[in-house]
Amino acid sequence: MTRSFTASLALAFVAALLVFDLTRTPPNPYQAPAILAFGSGSAASGGFCGALPD
Amino acid sequence: MSQATLQGAAETAPAGPFGKRAGLILGALVIVALVALFAGARYGLLLAIGLGFGIALEGMRFGFAGPWRAMILRREPSGVLAQLLAIALVAVVAIPLLSSHAGELVGAQAPIGFAMVGGAFVFGACMQIVLGCGSGTLVNAGSGNPVSLLALPFFALGSFAGAWGLIWWTDLGALPILTLSGGAGLGVTLVLLALAAAIFLWRAAPGAVKLSRRHAIAAVVLALLAIGNLLVAGQPWGVVYGLGLWAAKGYSALGGDLSASAFWAAPGSMERVQSSVLTDYTSLTDIGIILGAFGVAAWRRGALAAKLPTYPARAWVATIVAGFLLGYSSRLAFGCNVGAFFSGISTGSLHGWVWFIAAFGGAFLGIRLRPMLGLEARS
Repeated sequence: MTRSFTASLALAFVAALLVFDLTRTPPNPYQAPAILAFGSGSAASGGFCGALPD
Repeated sequence: MSQATLQGAAETAPAGPFGKRAGLILGALVIVALVALFAGARYGLLLAIGLGFGIALEGMRFGFAGPWRAMILRREPSGVLAQLLAIALVAVVAIPLLSSHAGELVGAQAPIGFAMVGGAFVFGACMQIVLGCGSGTLVNAGSGNPVSLLALPFFALGSFAGAWGLIWWTDLGALPILTLSGGAGLGVTLVLLALAAAIFLWRAAPGAVKLSRRHAIAAVVLALLAIGNLLVAGQPWGVVYGLGLWAAKGYSALGGDLSASAFWAAPGSMERVQSSVLTDYTSLTDIGIILGAFGVAAWRRGALAAKLPTYPARAWVATIVAGFLLGYSSRLAFGCNVGAFFSGISTGSLHGWVWFIAAFGGAFLGIRLRPMLGLEARS
């Protein structure tokens, strides 16, 4: 068995994650924020590993 | 061979390296465009930045666990110095911007506490056991490393579980968030980085390359991408949150009740669990890293044709346990090598420095454990 098998499994993992998620919570491009947070005037609101829950 | 035969062979041959590589580039562009179109331009751009991280890390064979191992075992400082260089480059841009655009941009700033220090130590040990840190596990999985591929789902589960109990762990004792901000903060950060670099140079083996050209280029590329991440997302580059979010979504889909966790029941967390992963910044860069690393491995001739290594059963068990602990400990530590060390220090958080010291201490233990667990031959 070669690394192409395991690399393909990694791709399958990502694909499965996206398919699973898209079927449950599809994105809405009409609610998308400005392309850059910098200069947008909006407060940063993304999840981050260094942050306690808000 | 006649010209007619050559022409016939060319027409019937499968796509060669050129065709494959063109396909990889096209595929990456299509994926980014689809995300931009169906989720939003910011999200497409973040996926592109994630692809850049994956391509840079795998393409230039740069990372965090390997350079720490090289410094500890062979006293080769090049990779660690490149990490410090990258952090310094980001800090020069990020720390002033965080002051001038407070709120719009946020740093990776977290409190120092007992659980944070312990988490960083465990993470440092585990990243040497599996030879993959937060970003490294994603890169290695994408390029077909079976150890990282197995560790990845348990990393995600550990991140989810660590976040579940994060409030309890933090309540064991933590200082307020301490930051180095403004011009003075940047100055102190750069002095501390120079001091750290001086210590590594002092401990370097005689004749060892101080900073290789490859590592220096990788440091600059990584810094540019990290600055891009901050400007686009409004927050620094991170890895672990996204992995925990994937597990939280899975848990919720299976009927699990997230309201039992103070972390996952918080309004911000709940909103992200109920939103698309294509709108979560760390998820997008995580996915980009996996895909970017895969692209580089597929691009290289013969890289994916390499035979998989064989390990004893205890090595696979160790990988599962270490993978879970990587995720769990990095939540207690408020980040991994990326979120706490790289982004924490470069955005002025003192917890990044404490993380660095504790995790580097843990790396000594992990290097000793790795052969005992069957992941490398005993010397």
